[in-house]
Amino acid sequence: MPRLIIERRFKTPFILSIVFPLLSIVLALLTSSLLLLALNVSPLGALKGMINGALGSWYGISEVLVKAIPLVICGIAVALAFTMKVWNIGAEGQIYLGALASAAAVRYFPVENTFFMLSVMAVMAILAGAFWGGIAGYLKGRWNVNEIITTLMLNYVAIHLVDYFVYGPWRDPSSLGFPMTAPFPDFARLPTFGGTRVHAWIFLALIIVILYRVVIRWTRWGFEIRAIGENQRAALYAGIPYIKNVVLVMAVSGALSALAGMGEIAGLQGRLQHGFSPGYGYTAIIVAWLARLNPWGTVLVSIFMGIIMVGGETLQVIMRLPLASVQVIQGLILLFVLASEFFRNYKVRILSGDGR
Amino acid sequence: MKGITKSFYGIRANDEVNFEVRPGEIHTLLGENGAGKSTLMNILCGLYTPERGTIKINGEKCFFKSPKDAINAGIGMLHQHFMLVPVMTVWENVALGDKELPQVLPKNKVIEQIKELSDVYGLSVNPLAPVWQLSVGEQQRVAIVKLLYRRAKVLILDEPTAVLTPQEARHLFRVIKKMAEEGHGIVFISHKLDEVLEISDRITVLRKGRNVGTVAKEEASKEKLAEMMIGKRVAFAIDKPIQNPGKEVLNVKNIKVLGDRGRLKVNGISFSLRQREILGIAGVSGNGQEELAEALTGLRKPISGKVFVDGDDVTTGNPRDFMKRRVSYIPADRKGTGLIANMNLRENIALRKYWKSEYTRFGFFINWERIAGHTGKLVERFSVANPSLSYPVRLLSGGNMQKLMLARELSDNPRVIVAVQPTWGLDIGATHYVREVLVSQKEKGSGILLITDDLEEILALSDRIAVIHGGEIVGIVDNPDKVTEEELGLMMAGTKLEKYPVYDLKEDELE
Repeated sequence: MPRLIIERRFKTPFILSIVFPLLSIVLALLTSSLLLLALNVSPLGALKGMINGALGSWYGISEVLVKAIPLVICGIAVALAFTMKVWNIGAEGQIYLGALASAAAVRYFPVENTFFMLSVMAVMAILAGAFWGGIAGYLKGRWNVNEIITTLMLNYVAIHLVDYFVYGPWRDPSSLGFPMTAPFPDFARLPTFGGTRVHAWIFLALIIVILYRVVIRWTRWGFEIRAIGENQRAALYAGIPYIKNVVLVMAVSGALSALAGMGEIAGLQGRLQHGFSPGYGYTAIIVAWLARLNPWGTVLVSIFMGIIMVGGETLQVIMRLPLASVQVIQGLILLFVLASEFFRNYKVRILSGDGR
Repeated sequence: MKGITKSFYGIRANDEVNFEVRPGEIHTLLGENGAGKSTLMNILCGLYTPERGTIKINGEKCFFKSPKDAINAGIGMLHQHFMLVPVMTVWENVALGDKELPQVLPKNKVIEQIKELSDVYGLSVNPLAPVWQLSVGEQQRVAIVKLLYRRAKVLILDEPTAVLTPQEARHLFRVIKKMAEEGHGIVFISHKLDEVLEISDRITVLRKGRNVGTVAKEEASKEKLAEMMIGKRVAFAIDKPIQNPGKEVLNVKNIKVLGDRGRLKVNGISFSLRQREILGIAGVSGNGQEELAEALTGLRKPISGKVFVDGDDVTTGNPRDFMKRRVSYIPADRKGTGLIANMNLRENIALRKYWKSEYTRFGFFINWERIAGHTGKLVERFSVANPSLSYPVRLLSGGNMQKLMLARELSDNPRVIVAVQPTWGLDIGATHYVREVLVSQKEKGSGILLITDDLEEILALSDRIAVIHGGEIVGIVDNPDKVTEEELGLMMAGTKLEKYPVYDLKEDELE
């Protein structure tokens, strides 16, 4: 009787780490076409629509970048925590809290100077995000409270806190009942470029990517984080303090996500509103994971995610596909790419019955 | 087993290996780590599938798809970790996994069978005791009873004496011989040559995944077996130069240390260690040695008592405080506490240095060039075989890993070395090297605390021996040349001997 033998790969050939993701995207699209056929939509047409929408025009490309900006920033934020094997699932909440803090800055300390206003907003976002991440970090370091649970729970707290303000005290009276604040004044807006929605945080994202690389590779702190992540006991023996580092890493991670949140409202929406992030903080986890915590990989994967998102929006508009079906296609692509990770780490051989 | 071949990652762990056991025979499988013993036995237990080769039981060809098939075919393995459920009682553990029993377990029937087996083989166990209350030796007996209860015809014993005192080991040997008399085939795995010669009928030696040969006990000698194992002649003796111990470097005063589960593991230990002295701490593992070592390196804080290094009170210090006073640690778990397996040689050496100003730039960046230079020198001095300094440590052999760790820990000429099982799992060549390095470091002036359950090692290296049992020192031997293994064994089991009193340090001696 033939049997399947599964073995761990000693080393993954470089070519395979490119082939598998591509192959899995193709398989995902093939699977999606079944769904599309059931909806009486031509799969090829849909694929064309997606690619055209995302990459067929300068506008499409700029929209991809708009989505990629928060993904890169949050992707690096969670990658930093993941390097230390601290599972920060809380980027989403940190995005919201950062946005809340910078909106508070606009409301309570308006300065009529773009540079100063944005600086105050950024500092507020950083403090809020660092605090939010730091809570989970301290609980983890001091009492070994599972950070996956705490960060996840804090997400709900942060998101609902924002809702409290936008439905309540901060609601714009002229918003016709929509849960949002009044539009920010111009001096509280991040500059955008070339008539697109691409805003200044694109540079922040690049700076963070480079800084992350430098910190992890060359600094004492980066070495400590990596050592803890690889082997906590050995790191302890090398005299690397755990509590301090887990708080610090979570605080930095939270601060970065919070900055991404500020970018969303000051660069894009121009106001704080209910549900302004379509789950960037969660997608960032997938980004960091698929990029294997590699900084440039994070950029590439973020752009890929941006393409899926923008392409999906196009399908909704042009092909009149229901939102749910678009999300199914997006989900299938992710599912296949994630599943292909298995084949990167393991190889499957077929063995015939007599043990040969 | 015939022509067994199995590769991992393209390396042949077993290459056309043949092995057989007859009923009533004790057949030892001997070989260094990585020689393919475990692979071969895991194939026999159905954990791995061979690429080529056949297994025959009573002349019948078998193909094991899973461990279940192997158990049904009468093959049982006594693992180094016994795989018992601690919260369950002995009889429950024995009955666990027996598919023939009805849903409601016939408690009395099982207990009766356990008692019967205990009587026949001399394996005294209390069927009603919960497993977590049992000593390691008793747990081992339970695991053996379980195999016999499952009607195992072939019993594979994987280094069964590693966790036992000499007395317990002797008892185990009687059980093994009894099992052989009753017609079981026994596969005995060990690398302790003395006991192999004592118990085996035949000995098969593996080297680099191949059969070197099978010899009958009468034709074997320690030297011959060692030569077969590593392919060349080896020296066993280590020169133990007697030095005049110098100044006291480490003083431990009545420390009490808790273990991971909050239980008292070190219960009031005092001793003093001088320069140019190796103090051996002998004992069966799990009697507080790990906790003692961790308390002396800053990894664990004693709940009472004092630790002095060179006269400084470092009781509550963290690992770096100990490091700064040049205390070195060679932990038992190389890949656990000592090295970071996924990091490369440079990074592992850096663990002890990266925060020092001469290895940083602006106090913030690590000066990797300088670390690489330092690593290069160390690697050469301690002859660590490696393809490059950027090679992940996990791909090095055990011996080279240990050399790398010695290189790191001995690089700043330590005052105190705490070495726990420093040669555990190493091949004969690497073992010899490590022991020589320790002795030469002693001559250079370090005080060495050697904590191990390997009596041969402790007798070969120590200038004094303290025996630990249940977290207490039960005796101190000032002249290791005169003590017998029996006496040490008795003390390891907790018996105090008048000949070897525990001398207390007086308060004023500490000043």
